[in-house]
Order: sequence, then C-alpha cells, then structure tokens
Amino acid sequence: MITFHDVSKIYNHHSIALEDVSFKISPNEFVSIVGRSGAGKSTIIKLLIGEEKPTKGRIFFGQYEVNKLKNSELPALRRHIGIVFQDFRLLPNKTAYENVAFALEVAGRPSREIRDLVPQVLDMVGLADKAKNFPHELSGGEKQRVAIARAMIHRPEVIIADEPTGNLDPFHTAEIINLLLKINDLGTTVILATHDKEVINSLEKRVITLDHGRIIRDEEKGRFILV
Amino acid sequence: MLTVIWRIIYYGFKNFWRNAWPSIATVGTMVIALSVFLGLILFNVMTSKAIELIQDKIDISVYFKNTTSEDDILNIKQSLETLPEVKEVEYISKDKALEIFKENHKSDETILQAINELDTNPLVASLNIRAKEPSQYALIADYLSSQNLSKFIDSLSYSKNQIVIDRLTTIIHNVNQGGFFITLVLALVAGLVIFNTIRLAIYSDRDEIAIMRAVGASNAFVRGPYVVGGIIAGLISALISIIIALPLIYGVSPYLKVFIPNFNLFSYFISNLFQLILYQIIFGVAIGSFSSFIAVRRYLKN
Repeated sequence: MITFHDVSKIYNHHSIALEDVSFKISPNEFVSIVGRSGAGKSTIIKLLIGEEKPTKGRIFFGQYEVNKLKNSELPALRRHIGIVFQDFRLLPNKTAYENVAFALEVAGRPSREIRDLVPQVLDMVGLADKAKNFPHELSGGEKQRVAIARAMIHRPEVIIADEPTGNLDPFHTAEIINLLLKINDLGTTVILATHDKEVINSLEKRVITLDHGRIIRDEEKGRFILV
Repeated sequence: MLTVIWRIIYYGFKNFWRNAWPSIATVGTMVIALSVFLGLILFNVMTSKAIELIQDKIDISVYFKNTTSEDDILNIKQSLETLPEVKEVEYISKDKALEIFKENHKSDETILQAINELDTNPLVASLNIRAKEPSQYALIADYLSSQNLSKFIDSLSYSKNQIVIDRLTTIIHNVNQGGFFITLVLALVAGLVIFNTIRLAIYSDRDEIAIMRAVGASNAFVRGPYVVGGIIAGLISALISIIIALPLIYGVSPYLKVFIPNFNLFSYFISNLFQLILYQIIFGVAIGSFSSFIAVRRYLKN
C-alpha cells in the first residue's frame, strides 16, 4: 500500500536527511520507525504526506505517486491519511468537537453525518464530556486523544503518528499507544515514529530502524536497538 | 459544494467573532483608513465646488463700436453660441449698460450727475461670454479678432485680463492635478495600511493554516473564511467611518461656508449619504477581501 523506492532527501552536502531508503508497508500493518533525533523519521513522514519532495526516488501511496503530486492535489491525498503530531497541532480557536469535526468538514461530508460521528469517536477516545472544551482547557494527554480522534474520524487507510507520546508522561503514553493498537485492530494501518524504547519493546510489532538517513534494520517483532 | 460554501461563510463569521482582538484591531485600522478615504472624496467635492465658483467669475466682454447695429451684434451672438467652447453669451445693450452703470455707482452723486448731464448714452453695447473651460478663452478671443468680425468691435476685455485669466487657468489646472495626485497617494497609503494589518493578523494564524492543510483542507477551504472575515471587517468599518463622520462634518460645515459660499457640506453629505456609504463599503470590502486573499496565499504552499 505504501512503497518507498530508493528515496533520498538531500538538503545540501552536509545535510543528508535520507539516503536510498526503500521499504513497503502492507495494509493493516503496525510499523514503528525508530532512530535518534535527526535520523530521518520526520523526513519520511513529511515525504509521505507530500509536505516535502524527495531529491531522488519514488513514493507510492495507494493510487497516488506522492512525489509527483501538485500542491493542489495534496488535500485529496491527505484525506486518506490521519496524522498525529508530537505537539498535537489542534486548532486553538476550535473546541474539541469542532477540531474533530473539521477533518470531516474539509472532506465535504454532510452535516448530519458529522453530528452522528463526532460524538461516537470522542466517546471512543474517552472525551465525550470534554467536547465543548477548547485545547487550552485540556491536558496534554487529552489534547493528544482529541488529535487521534481527528486523525481517525474520516476512516483513513493510514494513521501516521509522529512522536505522539513525546510530550506525555508514561501513564498517558500507555493510554495513547493502546488507542493506536485499538485503531490498528479495527483495520487501519498505523505508522508510529518514536524514540521511546519502552514503547517499542512492549509493542512486539515490525520495527524499521534508521540511522543517519539510512535503514539499518527492518524486523518483524523488532526491538529497540540502535547500535 | 453548497455545504462547503455554507461552512466557509459560517467559519468566516465564527472566526471573526472568536478572534475578537485581531478583529477589533483590523476594524480600527480600517475605520481610520476609510475615514481618510471619505475625507478625500469630500475634499475633492469641495475643491471642484471652489473651482466652479472661480470659473463662474471669469468671462470676457466684447465692446462694440457705436456704429455697429443691434442686428449685427445679435448675429455675432448667434455665431458665438454655435462655438463648442462657449457656455453662454449674454447681450448687454447700450441702455442695459447704462442701467448697470447707474446701479453700480448709485452712491456716487458726482458720477451720476455727470452722466445725467450728457445728452447721449456714452456706454457701448457688449457681449459677455463664458467659456466651458477657462483655457478656451484664448480661442474665443482669436475667433473675435478675425478679419470679418474685428470691424464691428471696439475692444476685447480679454487682452486686458489675459494675464489674470491665464494665471487662474494654471492654478485651476494645478489644483485639479494636485488633488488627483494627493488622492491617489493617500488612497494607496490607506490601502497599504489595511493590507498590512490584515497580513499581520493572518501571520499570527500561520500555524493554524498549516494544521488545516495537514488535515486535508483544500486551499479554498482554508482561505475562504479569511476572505469572508475581510469582507465583514470592510462592511463594519465602512459603517463605523460614516457614523463617525456624521457629527464631525456637522460641526465643520459652517466654517467651510466662509471659503465656499452657497455650499453646505453637511447637506451635501446627507443628500449623498447612500452613495457615500456605497463607496466606503466597496472600498472597504474590496481591500479587506483582497488583502486576506493575498495574505493567506503564502501560507498555502506546503
């Protein structure tokens, strides 16, 4: 479903973000991408959602060849993907409900469907009672759950989580990871970029390890080993 | 499609309301800029009134020889009226001239006595000619000096007043051009001030715009509410600027009468109120929506 084919991203001679990276991700997989800061995790995600263009190589997502998409074609691609960021990236002037609803509104879904679906998903992430709160009124863990609700509400084929637990304590971290596993069980591919050793070792899922822009390990039921 | 348009308008209003402070700042700046714009419109109306007044005072007179018959004079009057440059021609007969002379000197006994002692009317018949534009007097004077007319004519006031007329023509021309230039520059300044205010407000939203893009919002869906917000700000500002102008003009109007008699700025303002509101709204809405449109563009690139 997702294919990186000999992808390189080179900013200049001193700054090579990715070098000849190739991998495939099948539907309904749960893949962790690990590595030190600057190893290239975020670059892979940016390339996958078309935020940046590769210097070399091809990237496929379903029917899209991402590296060839024009700026105006990106929204359509992104509606097949749900993204969760380390810094949550909720819209500060919208309530939890509106933030989640926004992902459906941009896709032009009917209002009735939005009214039905949003409370269900908020309930699933355990925030039914916080629907009317603005992001600044929520804790970090709650914000991240709103972000996950927003990422999954339009039933994307893939959820990409970029260091989703980076700003959270261990308790909330477990909560978020369990939520991602649950979403994966429901049939959605999950790509988790993280440098959290505990998380990786407890998952026992596929792990792609990056170092200095290269894939140094790609194992089923992998563990967090950087050397 | 309809749902999308409805959502864009809905969010335009909602964002305008929720981002109260940036909205108030934008409206505040726009009110000032639109007041400048309104001031420019009124300034131009006043200068053109003043110029009209001065232009009305300029004319040239042709004095005919005593030998010229009234028929000849009326023929010349008719031929003058066919000229495209001529606005109006007034015939002043010998008797009329005497009447005017007496009226002008009614307080001066000596002159009245002197004139009454004469058996004949010493004054000559004349034509008062008004041109459409002050610059056209030279042409009219040329026409009157031509061979077949000059035999009837004793003198032309143009030759005497030429310097004054030329100078007034230049002044009027300069005031018109200068006014246009000042209007252009100040309108541009007002527009730029509004543009920058809106740009700053949107700059502070750049992270939000990036989030909307990441969630899959199309450019139109991100940009739409900002453009709607610009339109709302333009509308509100236009109305506020008119409301502020109303008492100000009422207060200033009597003082302006000193400069331009027969012109009441306040009654002009009231009788053209709807037109002025329309101008303000068009200017405000156009610059508000256009600024938003341009300002959002640079954050839609990722």
